[in-house]
Amino acid sequence: MPLNFTLASRNLFHDRLRFVATMIGIVFSVVLVMVQMGLYLGFGDMVTKMIDHADADLWVMRDGTKCFEDPSLIDARKQGAYQAIAGVASAEPLVIGFSDWHMANGAITPVFIVGSNLDGPGLKPWDVTAGSAQTLRDEDAVAVDKTYYERLGISGLGAKAEIRGQPVKVTALTDGVRSFTTTPYVFVDMSRARTYVGIPKTYANYFLIKLKPGADAAKVASAIREQSPKYEVLTTAQFRERSRSFWLFGTGAGAALFAGALLGVIVGTVIVAQTLYSSTKDHIDEFATLRAMGSSNRYIYTVIIYQALLNAVAGFCFAALIGMAVVFFTRSGALPVVITPWLMAAIFLLTVVMCVVSAFAAILRVVRIDPVVVFSR
Amino acid sequence: MTSPVLEAIKVAKVLGHGAGQVHALRGVDLSLRGGELTLLMGPSGSGKTTLLSVLGCMLAPTSGTVSVCGHGTADAGPEVLAQLRRDHIGFIFQTYHLFPTLTAAENVQLALDVRGEAAAKARPRAEDALARVGLSHKLGSFPREMSGGEQQRVAIARAIVSNPSAILADEPTAALDTENGQAIMAILADIANEPGRGVLVVTHDTRLLPFADRIHRIEDGLIVGVETGPARKAELRAASAGPR
Repeated sequence: MPLNFTLASRNLFHDRLRFVATMIGIVFSVVLVMVQMGLYLGFGDMVTKMIDHADADLWVMRDGTKCFEDPSLIDARKQGAYQAIAGVASAEPLVIGFSDWHMANGAITPVFIVGSNLDGPGLKPWDVTAGSAQTLRDEDAVAVDKTYYERLGISGLGAKAEIRGQPVKVTALTDGVRSFTTTPYVFVDMSRARTYVGIPKTYANYFLIKLKPGADAAKVASAIREQSPKYEVLTTAQFRERSRSFWLFGTGAGAALFAGALLGVIVGTVIVAQTLYSSTKDHIDEFATLRAMGSSNRYIYTVIIYQALLNAVAGFCFAALIGMAVVFFTRSGALPVVITPWLMAAIFLLTVVMCVVSAFAAILRVVRIDPVVVFSR
Repeated sequence: MTSPVLEAIKVAKVLGHGAGQVHALRGVDLSLRGGELTLLMGPSGSGKTTLLSVLGCMLAPTSGTVSVCGHGTADAGPEVLAQLRRDHIGFIFQTYHLFPTLTAAENVQLALDVRGEAAAKARPRAEDALARVGLSHKLGSFPREMSGGEQQRVAIARAIVSNPSAILADEPTAALDTENGQAIMAILADIANEPGRGVLVVTHDTRLLPFADRIHRIEDGLIVGVETGPARKAELRAASAGPR
């Protein structure tokens, strides 16, 4: 182990109280950044959950549709025409929209209806833990997520309520199909979905296009646009990105999360800078002695940078443990914190950069050391 | 006569500005030769430490020239001066200036580490240097676990481990009792016996006179007297008596 590393680590751990204070600062900062960015990723995943679970290669929608939850209407009678396009395996309409759920006790809560054709590819409930998605063919059948029992005033399968004056019965329960808006999703058959959201039979909100193997998505999209010039045709990835961009940046939610993360970085930088500076100041005689002994400035900077890196590694390790705990405890929440290996690596890099940048103040202090002070102390 | 390892010619140093200006050195000439222990003596405020700082390449003279092993210091930047110190000068301070978080061996090894010497070579050299000052048994001791005399011996080991041509010691015995002070001076005198290595000790302690080969007396920034020290006289006497 290099001796300047030994000196750096011993000096760092010598003052335990200051080290603990530094660790608290770094951990607070890194956890804040980790949670904010984890929320950003979690939010990003959450807002595209429906798109991700739809069995579609292309999405046809009204021009200017901002996100999945934007219920603009398109002509459902185009289904046959789309299916006739070369390369299209299926074209299934999808109906979405807000409605009211009337509980048995008379209370009302808003719900988000998702209706698709149960006989073809489309958007059907997933992670069904009780009942079956196939039961949605039954009269009045709906599927809801079990985390919304309280919101919907139900207690399990067989529970009854009304949507737009129509009686409904819970015949399937999902687990974890939650909405970031906290408005419960209600999966139904497409024809009843139109009734629940109040749109005519000739309309839908999307067409989900499934391509034949080897079909050229761009050509199919172009063919659809030729037939429906006012519609947009996006690949699943494009629609996913549009929805994410809208919710994260169009609404300011993403900016708020980034602002929180930036605040974390600033707080961390200031705390580490302050502690490194005061540590350097406390050991200034030692640095002056090193300088008097003929050490280069670079050698002295290395000692300080080693201290910064040690702070970074130790702080990050503690913060990562806390971050993993946050991930664990929010995993089934409305907005889970998602920390991917890439995010973890990026935050580690950020922590290192933050600590090294923080060392500049200390280095500036050391640069001004006059070695002659060793004779007067 | 050997060429000086350190030499100051007509060195003047003005400290401060304006009304607070002090002429700390007023044209000092001093040569430190290899194989000699030179005492620089004078009262407080006479310019001893300023001269030591100038000779040690820590302060640039206002006028005059300083050379270290033949290398002039005029117009040298901080990094060049640091390199001169690194290559040619070892320092011993009144208050030791050991690194409290490093062991005795590590403190000595640090002097080689700043010179870029690999730890595998530096460690045995550090241990040898500590053995030379009688501290083989204290390799793993931290400064807080050692007496003042032991700490100063560690500082001497640190100063000599890189084999510098000049050792500059600032009041090395001031913080020690007589016995430890004499022991430290005996070590320094022994080091100064090596050809090509000069030791300059700044002091106002007259008890150190017996160890001196040469004594420079400084007052008000001027060298007011240079005399041969008792050690040199004894050496000369021994030399003249020897061949009979």
